[in-house]
Amino acid sequence: MSQEIRTVEQQAPTTRETGQRMPSRPVFLPPADIYETKDSIVVLAEMPGVPSEGVDISLERRVLTIRGRSAGNDHAGYQRVYQEYSDGDYERVFTLSENIDRDRIEATLKDGVLQLVLPKAEAAKARRIELKAS
Amino acid sequence: MALSEFPRLGFDPFIELRRMQSEMNRLFSGFSTTGTRDFPPINIWLGENSVVVTAELPGITGDDVNLSLEEDVLTLSGKREPKSQQQNVSWQRRERAYGSFSRAVQLPFRVDPDKIQERFNNGVLEIELQRLEADRPKKIEIRAA
Repeated sequence: MSQEIRTVEQQAPTTRETGQRMPSRPVFLPPADIYETKDSIVVLAEMPGVPSEGVDISLERRVLTIRGRSAGNDHAGYQRVYQEYSDGDYERVFTLSENIDRDRIEATLKDGVLQLVLPKAEAAKARRIELKAS
Repeated sequence: MALSEFPRLGFDPFIELRRMQSEMNRLFSGFSTTGTRDFPPINIWLGENSVVVTAELPGITGDDVNLSLEEDVLTLSGKREPKSQQQNVSWQRRERAYGSFSRAVQLPFRVDPDKIQERFNNGVLEIELQRLEADRPKKIEIRAA
């Protein structure tokens, strides 16, 4: 169901809607867990360092885009002496196989993990078909 | 190289290709995916008399991580577990890693174990440690003779 459009680990900075070139911040692909229950599709994406106001989720038809901007932390008076990760943006695009009820989408961000609950649209749910007695 | 008949002729045009191939294999063997990276990834920030260690620990709360300090080695350990074991779900994608982790960090100086501050911020753990008083560089005044 959840086909991914882009599969690159890291991208070059993208041009945003404003047309302005963003300063060169790396864009990461957040690791995600996706599972499907009877009624909904649940997406869990790891975006450490992103505050809730830095999250941007959009669903256009069946294309789900998740974006996160990490707040970054310049420790004033401190000098970075060792680095294994860097602040940056997170972006990932999925194509969903089911129609989603857009009005009931729930998004929560907790401890750097974004949880999206996407309820399936009524029409997409499996319906039991009764046989009519002839 | 029994694959080619050329050695019998005294020269082998494929030898350069094979050499290149093994060189490529050697080069790319160092390429590791994110899955094999040490977890959690850390950054270290150095202040005048303090050091800050930050670690990306998405989905982890303060109760899930243990800190221990031995001399100048700080160890972060804990366990990542799926939030809830859902029944009757079909997985589409499982990329997040779970399980135990442990990382030891050698600090640039000895720190005071009583003055450790830790805080979680959107899945990033920040640990601030103060340099041991006795370990700080001492300024020596030169007395005029």
